[in-house]
Amino acid sequence: MTTSLSTVGVVFGREFRAYFATPLAAIFLVVFLALSGAMTFFISNFFERNSADLSAFFAWLPWLFLVLLPAIGMRLWAEERRQGTIELLMTMPVEPGAIVLGKFLAGWAFTAVALLFTTPLWLTVNWLGTPDNGVIAISYVGALLMAGAFLAIAACVSALTKNQVIAFIGAAIVTFLLVTAGIDLVLGALRGWAPFWLTEGVAALSVLNHFQRITQGLVEVPTLVFFASLIVIALIVNTSLVDLKKAQ
Amino acid sequence: MKLVSAIGLRKRFGEMTAVDGISLDVTRGEVVGFLGPNGAGKSTTMKMITGFLEPDEGSATICGQDVWADPVAAKARLGYLPEGAPAYGDMPVADFLTFCGRMRGLRGARLQERLAEMVERVRLAEVWSKPIEALSKGYRRRVGIAQALIHDPDVLILDEPTDGLDPNQKHEMRELIRAIAPNKSIIVSTHILEEVEAICTRAVIIAKGRVVADATPHDLLEKAAEGRAIRVTVGSPEERDVIERIKPHADGAELEVMERVNGSTRILLRYADNPADAADLAQRLKSADLLIEEVGVWRPRLEDVFRDVTSRLH
Repeated sequence: MTTSLSTVGVVFGREFRAYFATPLAAIFLVVFLALSGAMTFFISNFFERNSADLSAFFAWLPWLFLVLLPAIGMRLWAEERRQGTIELLMTMPVEPGAIVLGKFLAGWAFTAVALLFTTPLWLTVNWLGTPDNGVIAISYVGALLMAGAFLAIAACVSALTKNQVIAFIGAAIVTFLLVTAGIDLVLGALRGWAPFWLTEGVAALSVLNHFQRITQGLVEVPTLVFFASLIVIALIVNTSLVDLKKAQ
Repeated sequence: MKLVSAIGLRKRFGEMTAVDGISLDVTRGEVVGFLGPNGAGKSTTMKMITGFLEPDEGSATICGQDVWADPVAAKARLGYLPEGAPAYGDMPVADFLTFCGRMRGLRGARLQERLAEMVERVRLAEVWSKPIEALSKGYRRRVGIAQALIHDPDVLILDEPTDGLDPNQKHEMRELIRAIAPNKSIIVSTHILEEVEAICTRAVIIAKGRVVADATPHDLLEKAAEGRAIRVTVGSPEERDVIERIKPHADGAELEVMERVNGSTRILLRYADNPADAADLAQRLKSADLLIEEVGVWRPRLEDVFRDVTSRLH
């Protein structure tokens, strides 16, 4: 009998390798790196800022992740359902939760690889000046947490459909709402009429606010709880969605 | 010993009742053929027995383990080939089967041993390192069978294992099923009747979500042959005229046009109680002024039994 933990490992191994079975992964990586570089250097004028830090890079990251993570997560379940392999998967002697977790971790590891490829930026600022490497390290961890939350949501949406494109668009919309919940435009529109608790509630749901505090080097319990609970809740919902939708 | 047991399985999809109270026991060594028209509920029944689909009512056990109360234990004893033999197209055969084996708890030497057995038994050596999406339909189906057999399960459920295969591949698949059958309980769904005669020890005919017949293929045929019949082929295309002329000699048999081929007409004479004597009938028909081409006892094929049982429901 397979223990749940080793099932997670087996699923992880297959899924992680599946990212590299098609050129899609390479394309994602290249696009992500090109966009993150272009935004940091050209749009945010990295050199003219005359400050040795990566805040320009991290400021763009939520918006890039908005596209990248739905792309990474879209195939996780939609493809199983389209191919019919979900019928194999769900008749194996394993806990469905272990499969959900293994798939999620594989996508997360792939995101970590993408982030790893941005470390030349980190080396560059060290070469140009003396940045606060502690803040940058914390920011990277924060970026990974944010990516985890986005990916868990994308995997969840992917379980709702057989179509990867629909999974992508659906996940992008949900994560867009989570990101924009914190920008002044949205909050300003709410403040006019909504009660205080609602405005604050929406602001507290904002990925942007939480992530900005991390990139300032502030590691706070509410922020960690926020990202962790987003991931956990999405994975739990994912598990029941898979069970609910598998046979359709 | 009962390896598979289903009790009162029922499943509705919206207004439509797909499976309407199916009960079934399968013992070791039995190969049960699920027969039925498309949409009769064969696949839905299989999906409920495998634990993929939750029944609205009823229960199923695999080797005594309840599929819904203890799914992990029940599924461990089960091998399942879903309809269309789904697989991860981008994976090479070896990787796919290794993955399936690991998911079923096989590791190390035991896994290697099972993989080697699959290569030999299902004959996969030729395609072992090819991606599954590059394989022919026959090989894909074999990979699906290997996936279901990798952990040497007691119970095997195969949903249309020969669908879409050419005659040689069908033959090979049947040989394979026959070879593994003695130690297992196997349920095979098909709509090819000769297949049931070839491999099944028991035929379960399902129509409109219910079991309408459950017997050995031999018994089904016997039962159908009870009201004996004679087939007369006449060299004339005029059905009505032919029937008129045969009737006086038919000794009270019920006459029915079976088919018209190349200007000839085949008439079936069904004798309700008294056994028919083909030689005697041939004698008598000599005076009927007909071009008699052939007179013979007619043995129904399983296909006729099938049509008979399933059409009665309408």
